[in-house]
Amino acid sequence: MAPAQAPGQPLVQLSQVSKTYRSMSGSDYPAVRDFSLDIEPGEFFCLLGTSGCGKTTILNMVAGFEQPSAGEIRLGGRVIDKPGADRGVVFQGDDSLYAWLTALGNVEFGLRMRGVPRREREDKARHYLELVGLTGQEHKHPTELSGGMKQRIQIARVLANEPQMLLMDEPFAALDAHTRADMQHELLRICRATAKTVLFITHDIDEAITLANRIGVMRAGPASQLKGIVDVTLSEAERERTDERFTAVYRQVHEMIRDELAIALKRAN
Amino acid sequence: MRKSLESVAGYLVGFASLFLIWHVASTWLVSSVLFPPPWKVFVKAIELAEDGTLWEQASASLSRIGSGFVGGSLIGIPIGLAIGSFPIVRRLLEPYTEFLRFIPATAMITVAVIWFGIGEGSKIFLIIYTTVFIVIINTAAGVAAVAPNKIRAARSLGASRAQIFLFVAFPATVPYILTGMRLAMANSFVTIIAAELVAANNGLGRMIWDSRMYMLVDQIFVALLVLGFLGFTADRLFRWGIYAFAGRFSPVT
Repeated sequence: MAPAQAPGQPLVQLSQVSKTYRSMSGSDYPAVRDFSLDIEPGEFFCLLGTSGCGKTTILNMVAGFEQPSAGEIRLGGRVIDKPGADRGVVFQGDDSLYAWLTALGNVEFGLRMRGVPRREREDKARHYLELVGLTGQEHKHPTELSGGMKQRIQIARVLANEPQMLLMDEPFAALDAHTRADMQHELLRICRATAKTVLFITHDIDEAITLANRIGVMRAGPASQLKGIVDVTLSEAERERTDERFTAVYRQVHEMIRDELAIALKRAN
Repeated sequence: MRKSLESVAGYLVGFASLFLIWHVASTWLVSSVLFPPPWKVFVKAIELAEDGTLWEQASASLSRIGSGFVGGSLIGIPIGLAIGSFPIVRRLLEPYTEFLRFIPATAMITVAVIWFGIGEGSKIFLIIYTTVFIVIINTAAGVAAVAPNKIRAARSLGASRAQIFLFVAFPATVPYILTGMRLAMANSFVTIIAAELVAANNGLGRMIWDSRMYMLVDQIFVALLVLGFLGFTADRLFRWGIYAFAGRFSPVT
């Protein structure tokens, strides 16, 4: 499935990536400048940053929705210049779901577009619906399902396409606290089952520590860069907010992001 | 079930009160041959239904509306989709749509009759004309309103441009198309009567005009009543169709 790749080589390489937006008034806004990052195959990488720090810009460029103004992004050694089925994107809201299709129809959409025969794609879609815990909901439409279930459809839809990696842009930010915690553990379970590489965007420190192998903390924008990377070596049992080692990592991450938060707040007011 | 029973009951009471007010107004307030009470109109309607005139006139109008409406929608939907999808098409066609939609179909009656005669041609042309712009504008607005994430998701799932158009943009636009068609349907009723008043051999508009010449006020009211009934029914059917076939398409429920 995966293209030939030298062993030990990162799956995703962002090298000196900059992105500048031109505003209506004609002035340039540098969202990201000289951003470099390697993501290893199989790892769960969380990009953590304050609002407006350019973390979604990074994800959009890896997804191929936007092009870097400078620098380049490689996936498995090949330069990314457009969206592709090798990178599955899970969006924050539910507006990316197809309201006219059932849960099953949504999940098999990518396979259908790529010409997979009906039987095969249905089997696959059912398998991934089961994996995300939506057995029995196959024939419901998104509007009939809760916010958490809709995000599960999105995850199943992406997994059914069997991409090389998942790109998740604050997928649980719109959910209530309980559903969010539930979904985070579900995602961990799913990622263990599928061994996918994940780039996960969040502004929530707890969420990042719960999920990630590594957390990349971003500086406040504009011209944002990576401030530092924190390795999270917690076991599964330790990925609970009440765990001592969890709180230790929390302090470490918080220390890094505190100043950035202050900058972001000042700018917002 | 209970809810639909309640709404039917509501309608019945509403219509009953309408006829009651009409009855009171015509019998005691106005009391003139120029304003017949409902029962007289009903009697006349049954009479006209029995001798076949009512069906003939109503079906003449309805078939014009039907063919013009279907034709106008079939022309309008693809044009609207193209305008909404391709900026170049928008720039090329917007002068036509933005200019012509301000010239009402009723203003085009004379031209239509000069071009197509007083037969079916001019009526169908006018209904198409009155339908097509509303459908185009709503369809194009619908395409523009498709959530960008729907398109992005499809691209990431491996869909081609043509597939995105066919399997994402088009179905996402269906509620807007149906709304445009529903508005066009209402306009078609206005246009057909105006056209038949001016120039036609039959139809409800013609029936109203002829009745005026012989002072058959009852007959005018029969035509008005039938128009109201047909318009109401057509709109309900459309709403029911939207609900039954497109409720799921709706971005909000």
